[in-house]
Amino acid sequence: MPASPWLGSADVPELDAGDHVRGTGPLAVVYLDLACPRCAASWAAISSLPLQLCVRHFPVASKRPRSPALHAAAEAVASQSEPAFWDFWDSLLADRARVDDPHLWRRVESLGLDLERFQRDRRGDAVAARVRRDFESGIRAGVVATPAGFAAGQALGGDLLAALRQVAGRSGTGRSHAR
Amino acid sequence: MIAPGTAAPGFSLPDQDGTAVGLSDFAGRRLILAFYPLDFSPVCTDQLSIYQEVAGEIEARDAALVGISVDSFPCHKAFRKQLGLTIPLLADFHPKGAVCAAYGAYIEDYGHANRSLVLIDANGVVRWSHAAPTPLEIPGANLIFDALEGG
Repeated sequence: MPASPWLGSADVPELDAGDHVRGTGPLAVVYLDLACPRCAASWAAISSLPLQLCVRHFPVASKRPRSPALHAAAEAVASQSEPAFWDFWDSLLADRARVDDPHLWRRVESLGLDLERFQRDRRGDAVAARVRRDFESGIRAGVVATPAGFAAGQALGGDLLAALRQVAGRSGTGRSHAR
Repeated sequence: MIAPGTAAPGFSLPDQDGTAVGLSDFAGRRLILAFYPLDFSPVCTDQLSIYQEVAGEIEARDAALVGISVDSFPCHKAFRKQLGLTIPLLADFHPKGAVCAAYGAYIEDYGHANRSLVLIDANGVVRWSHAAPTPLEIPGANLIFDALEGG
């Protein structure tokens, strides 16, 4: 057999130290594609829910050729600053018209990050492996479209936003997440 | 849906360029047939896009993947171009749906294939098949790898 990773069915992985997580509340894991219009349209609503939200990379390159570059850029930002990762992530989903390289550089500079290092990191093997790790875990968990959500290890079917609202409601606190 | 252990029905269908592709072209290799309803429909777009992302991993397991729908070959060509697909798409256009039907993957009432997957081994025998409960559900790529790695 070739040395390729196992891609058959497996549960969605639990949180680990490498994951991007923000907020407090019941845990939800969401696989997103930064170039996906459905992800962009629902992101503001999803990210304002009182959840501990973990985002994972799920770039679908054939459909959206810009996607892998955006995910690599987000991961390169994360390697400098996790808070900056979230600002960068939110901003890409909020403004899909400005995702060319000069737009990315402007974001990186305005976040006070090292632009040269960003340029190096986004094309590096570590970033590619990190993005691929998420993508493959999504494939194993049966992700077929973005955004795709999981809570308590179970896929959230149907209307994702409605399902996430239900998950958020399980806390009973109704707090919004802290940044 | 065709059952495992059955000899795979032979076929010869035009691919996206109008070139005839037959079951015998895959002799000696494993073949995944991905039957799907219609080019350009939103769900099929998601499905083929995801399979394209793992096409290299399927190749790496000594298997080929082809898509089959009742669309015509020029339609397949346009669909592949739009999605950046390298997966060959076969046109079960005339007589309409005959190959889909031979594999038990044709929905007469809708006039198109159900979303179904079939794994054919190197000797032309069906090893595994899967039909989505409804045409709106996409079989995950994980199921393809379960089948390929399972035996």
